[in-house]
Amino acid sequence: MLQIECPWCGLRDETEYHYGGQAHVAYPEDPSALSDEEWAEYLFFRDNPKGPFAERWVHSGGCRKWFNAVRDTRTYEFLAVYTSNDPRPDISSLASADTAGATA
Amino acid sequence: MADLTTLQGLRRSPLHDMAAELRGGPVPGERAVRLLEWPYLTMVSLRVEPGSDTARRIEGVLGTGLPERCGDVTGEGAHSVLWLGPDEWLVVSQTAPESLVASLRSATVDGRAQVVDISANRTVIEVSGRAARAVLDKGCPADLHPRAFADNTAITTSLARVPVLLWKIDAHTFRVMPRASLAQYVAAWLLDAALEFASPLPAGQAPAAEGA
Ligand SMILES: [Zn+2]
Repeated sequence: MLQIECPWCGLRDETEYHYGGQAHVAYPEDPSALSDEEWAEYLFFRDNPKGPFAERWVHSGGCRKWFNAVRDTRTYEFLAVYTSNDPRPDISSLASADTAGATA
Repeated sequence: MADLTTLQGLRRSPLHDMAAELRGGPVPGERAVRLLEWPYLTMVSLRVEPGSDTARRIEGVLGTGLPERCGDVTGEGAHSVLWLGPDEWLVVSQTAPESLVASLRSATVDGRAQVVDISANRTVIEVSGRAARAVLDKGCPADLHPRAFADNTAITTSLARVPVLLWKIDAHTFRVMPRASLAQYVAAWLLDAALEFASPLPAGQAPAAEGA
């Protein structure tokens, strides 16, 4: 079974977690000022990269806290986990580290 | 209006109907397992910003620090405090819930804490004996080996696929804390899981050494 590292609880089985979609999608400052197209963009449109992707996860079977993770969508490897207070990791550096690891 | 003592005489614990089964269920022998319900323990949910003034005053009331890391349990006297999250704890206590909640609430400054009596939310099933860990290992995904799960550690995990709090007292004593509505299912699962340890080990095979 895949294990995921919770920033507070450490490594736990994947079944203790739920997925929350793309991270760092900010709620619009003034939703009523948006056009229908912009609102739909906010609600429904998400990146779908092949490779490292910053996502939200919740440790629902443990401490019940939300956190962010960078996961490689090709390999399912978790490259980083961080809380909403932590600085956002540099995804490109994580990507290159992963590529180096994959070819080693 | 009925007074509190009358009401307490009428209440039924979640495993009341299984008391006879639990009493008759112990597995004897070198791989012993015993099951026991500890009903009606006081449990108070506590949420507060760690390190804040309110947190410090609450620690004064409890006579112990709030545990800071996953698994940690603090308190030696009437109150034990279990870590549930970075700003959430469960106080398990031998004092009456009304007085504990009142004293914790009186310690909060500017209402910056949440104190809720959730004693009826869970019951406590104590699993003890030499094979206690082996029984739990059959249905718990967490690593219960002593190198990962020390004495007086408590974690949120699952047992037989339902969420429980699991509190290890010592190598042969665990407290399983399921929600009240799932208690009978968990107790029945434990009775069944313990059954295999009643059979004697094959000749020449010693019981697993401690820590193995
Ligand atoms: Zn967690």
